[in-house]
Amino acid sequence: MSETKKTDEAKTDAAPVATDEREVLLKVEGLKKHFPIRKGVLQRQVGAVKAVDGIDFEVRKGETLGVVGESGCGKSTMGRVITRLQDPTGGSIHFEGQDITRLSTAGMRPLRRDIQMIFQDPYGSLNPRHTIGSIVSAPFRLQGVEPEGGVKKEVQRLLELVGLSPEHYNRYPHEFSGGQRQRIGIARALALKPKLVVADEPVSALDVSIQAQVVNLMDDLQSELGLTYVIIAHDLSVVRHVSDRIAVMYLGKIVELSDRTSLYEAPMHPYTKALMSAVPVPDPKRRGAKSERILLKGDVPSPISPPSGCRFHTRCWKATEICRTTEPALVELKPGQQVACHHPENFEDQAPQDTVLLTVAKEAAELVADEVLAESAATSAALKAEAASEETPASADAEDDRQESTDK
Amino acid sequence: MTELSKTGAAVGEPTSSPESAPDAFLAVRDLKVHFPTDDGLVKSVDGLSFQVEKGKTLCIVGESGSGKSVTSLAIMGLHRLGARGKNVQMSGEIWLGGKELVNADPDEVRRLRGREMAMIFQDPLSAMHPYYTIGNQIVEAYRVHHDVNKKTARKRAIEMLDRVGIPEPDKRVDGYPHEFSGGMRQRAMIAMALVNNPELLIADEPTTALDVTVQAQILDLIRDLQKEFGSAVVLITHDLGVVAEIADDVLVMYGGRCVERGSVDDVFERPQHPYTWGLLGSMPRIDRETSDRLIPVKGQPPSLINVPSGCAFHPRCPYADIPKGDVTRTVRPELQPVGSGHFSACHLSPEDRTRIWTEEIAPKL
Repeated sequence: MSETKKTDEAKTDAAPVATDEREVLLKVEGLKKHFPIRKGVLQRQVGAVKAVDGIDFEVRKGETLGVVGESGCGKSTMGRVITRLQDPTGGSIHFEGQDITRLSTAGMRPLRRDIQMIFQDPYGSLNPRHTIGSIVSAPFRLQGVEPEGGVKKEVQRLLELVGLSPEHYNRYPHEFSGGQRQRIGIARALALKPKLVVADEPVSALDVSIQAQVVNLMDDLQSELGLTYVIIAHDLSVVRHVSDRIAVMYLGKIVELSDRTSLYEAPMHPYTKALMSAVPVPDPKRRGAKSERILLKGDVPSPISPPSGCRFHTRCWKATEICRTTEPALVELKPGQQVACHHPENFEDQAPQDTVLLTVAKEAAELVADEVLAESAATSAALKAEAASEETPASADAEDDRQESTDK
Repeated sequence: MTELSKTGAAVGEPTSSPESAPDAFLAVRDLKVHFPTDDGLVKSVDGLSFQVEKGKTLCIVGESGSGKSVTSLAIMGLHRLGARGKNVQMSGEIWLGGKELVNADPDEVRRLRGREMAMIFQDPLSAMHPYYTIGNQIVEAYRVHHDVNKKTARKRAIEMLDRVGIPEPDKRVDGYPHEFSGGMRQRAMIAMALVNNPELLIADEPTTALDVTVQAQILDLIRDLQKEFGSAVVLITHDLGVVAEIADDVLVMYGGRCVERGSVDDVFERPQHPYTWGLLGSMPRIDRETSDRLIPVKGQPPSLINVPSGCAFHPRCPYADIPKGDVTRTVRPELQPVGSGHFSACHLSPEDRTRIWTEEIAPKL
């Protein structure tokens, strides 16, 4: 990770190019996971919770992809489906070029060495009746791997690697604090030298001071072992710190997928903007700047019957008719920044002909400070003028894509 | 300690509104809450003093197990209830609007609870009764303290639900807790807490279980309601972002004791305790590109049964060896004034602290 961070610092624009060159480790296309709702004596399916509803992304070797979103947006389900802990309803997952979407349990087993998971709850994910030694050595037992120098020695080495003492080998999970348990979970995940580690909220159950220890540990292990991470978290500050690229999810869809710097400096999707403005900043001087905050109206709609068109239109202050009727596709508007929105922020409007706000949008806009609205209108106007003067290939592509999505 | 408490009055010195005189509404003096267990005496809170004025917000921060929640439960008098009540040793003083609560008759505390002081809990799902409608629970809270009929109380409940921003309150009043989303449930609990216009509101991690967007809504709501009702607010959190957002004064707890106390500007701009530095350094920040690595506090939080001798923080403190001799290991530091209304319990000399903060810590944040 530190490697990419250095390139990031060197040149912001160079980062996406550098990552593009890297080999794709995991490729996800149109991934869906629906949980059926059954009712009645015959247990007929009456509906489905569309937890993940068609998402596409790639993870490249050695990078960290952060996935953020509110609770219920499907980010954890996504993590469980890409590791095949749950079966996808649709779409495909390719790992190192191999299609693993429909592999059987037995077929997945050899791949389990390469794909590992770190779980959120360090209390629930360790068997209380097993010693640390037997927990961390389980992957060796299950995979029939005999490490050099014996299992015990290897486990003790792993414990040392994650900052625990080798003497902890014969202790039980209850003897450890939350942070130490999370380290045990990490040691277990790393036992077989995986290529991809999916971490679902790895630090959210920990205190800040311990959280920083675990974040640093994961960072060190990545540069030491060349790991690739998919880190799922709801804490945008943590995600900013650890990720190279970030996917923002809303109601089972990715609404924005972008490299870190662009996302945090110039978010394009209104939802991303609102989400980031809501994070409290540990600086009392910023309190006067409260007007920057965008309060969202109401709650996230139900994933059983998600809103038509753009799923965010019921809470968006920029929503127009097209947002209600047409679902925006996730398109690359700027190099390294994919957005699914008809009226993105910090960029040229993708549907300029549609200017009449929906009634809900007018209500939502009341919660947004005038400064924010004025500023965003000014930037998009400026960008529009700029685009008109020099028709760049990127925006031409985007234009085509938009046409396509409107045609649909 | 009494000496300190007196000077402590300055802590609450109005930072924003000059018209409110420092008439400490809630004053806690040398509060100790100990729980005898089979493994030994758990000193959850061990000599804590602070005060809060009406219209002001005090944030208590610290790691899990530092005694934050125990303090709030002690103020509410909830430690003495039921079977747990037999198993707690409390001493010190808690003054609420001129009444002392630690040694007060439980019946008297019960009359104050809900009416003068109310509490918002972290997890609204387990704090509410799943079997009764939201409306019923608010009505009950109101009728305990007000001699009114059900109809009036129900009207009041709907009014409160409307005030905290629940849509269609006249319909939602008959909903059950499980039918509400997390944010709505937290709003309902705030409505329940505020139905009697309490003068002291204690919120124990009110937004920890919520998403950031909902958290922003709830913090706004608490702030607005405080302005409207002029109540004193004690907010317990581990998130320094929330503190910076809402606090007037901050109290940093470590191992059951206060290690630093001061106005929000003092604690964020001129923190005087290595533990506060550690907290600030270990937070990833969204508003700026952080340096490559976070600066965590090394080690684990202390056990409250065997609190380290001397300064409880010394095993984790990178500067424990700077003061001469083994003073950090043998002598427990007391809170000392380090500025107007700013206190810190640390053996480092003021010069060392200023040097370390300005040269070593601040540039890395």
